[in-house]
Amino acid sequence: MKVTVKYFGLVAEAADKSEEVMELKGQLTASDLKAQCLNGLSIADKDSVQIAVNQNLDDKINLKDGDEVALLPPFAGG
Amino acid sequence: MSRYDRQIKLKEVGPEGQEKLCNAKVLIVGVGGLGCPAAMYLVGAGVGKIGLMDHDKVDISNLHRQVLFQESDVGKPKALVAKEHLEKQNSEVQFESYEEPLTSDNAQKIISQYDVILDGTDNFETKYLINDACLLADKPWVFASIYKNEGQLSVFNYSDGPTYRCVFPKSTRQNISCEATGVLGVLPGILGTLQAAEVLKVILETGEVLSGKLKLINMMQASEQTIKINKRPEEIEKIRKEGISPVYIDCDLKYAEHWYLDVREVFEQPKPKGKKVLSIPLNDLTSRYQEIPNNQEVFVFCQSGKRSKNAIEILKNEFGFHNLKNVEGGIETIIDG
Repeated sequence: MKVTVKYFGLVAEAADKSEEVMELKGQLTASDLKAQCLNGLSIADKDSVQIAVNQNLDDKINLKDGDEVALLPPFAGG
Repeated sequence: MSRYDRQIKLKEVGPEGQEKLCNAKVLIVGVGGLGCPAAMYLVGAGVGKIGLMDHDKVDISNLHRQVLFQESDVGKPKALVAKEHLEKQNSEVQFESYEEPLTSDNAQKIISQYDVILDGTDNFETKYLINDACLLADKPWVFASIYKNEGQLSVFNYSDGPTYRCVFPKSTRQNISCEATGVLGVLPGILGTLQAAEVLKVILETGEVLSGKLKLINMMQASEQTIKINKRPEEIEKIRKEGISPVYIDCDLKYAEHWYLDVREVFEQPKPKGKKVLSIPLNDLTSRYQEIPNNQEVFVFCQSGKRSKNAIEILKNEFGFHNLKNVEGGIETIIDG
């Protein structure tokens, strides 16, 4: 299945892209995909990164073909 | 002709709406890039009372985005200067300035005196504090944060809606300020103005309030999207049960065998653990310099490396210390892990 992953804030920066289409094999939850996407990226606090699937905040949902996943770190600037 | 004629003409406002605005009290926590434009529009709209809270002073590097301030304001307290300028904009508005940080001690007392809270802060600790105090005082708050060219916006604790902890349950110490990352002045301008719009809708009880949703804006890509958020009842219950606790975000420092001197204010985060970490704020150095060892190397740090450099100058020139080393780049560069 194919899913689109959107990166935000310092995650986009660490991944050096704001979006990519990924080809996935087998059954994966949103948080499995997060772990896979963040693996190897230099982000100090990976737990704080939230996941939205099709514009809904949810990390436990099983992914399906065509899903759009967003990885959202908290921002603090003002 | 009334000052508010052009907005009273809207069916969403009308004379009744204007009455609601004139009776409303809004607290702006952090009068910076977000708080300045938000304050100007709320004052323009005739909100009855505005609280302006900021413990910081105007710096020349603020002027590109903190649009209330002028060159002659540099070095003066932001809350006070903002009040002076805004009084000239609309003398019908009542102002209160607070030249102090929001803390776990004063949060509930101050927040309970207002109807809506606008978050113009630049750190996670204060955002969680605003969240928890608003939850306990049953007040809605309008959140915004920026990172480089991106912004996040939402209204929390509105009409039994989700809270900040429902989106980001876990505190993080990754405070990354505009000072560190850079920002174009227009981005907090856009977000702060959107915050003012949400405050007005909350007061007027009209339109779609951005509650239960997190808006994400990318100014460079001219794109935005809205994420639906749900309540996490366990996060809300926990705060209701435990109340506000001071958010101390711990960290360990590399090279634990060294002596360190932290010249930040006591409320600044994260707080390093360890017996060889002295905490003496910059302004207290002249009265407490005897506490600092002078016979071995001491690493001096603050948030960015700027205040610690000043501290070393003072300690060297006035008290003869020659064993101090500045931590360039601030505390983030010496945190272990």
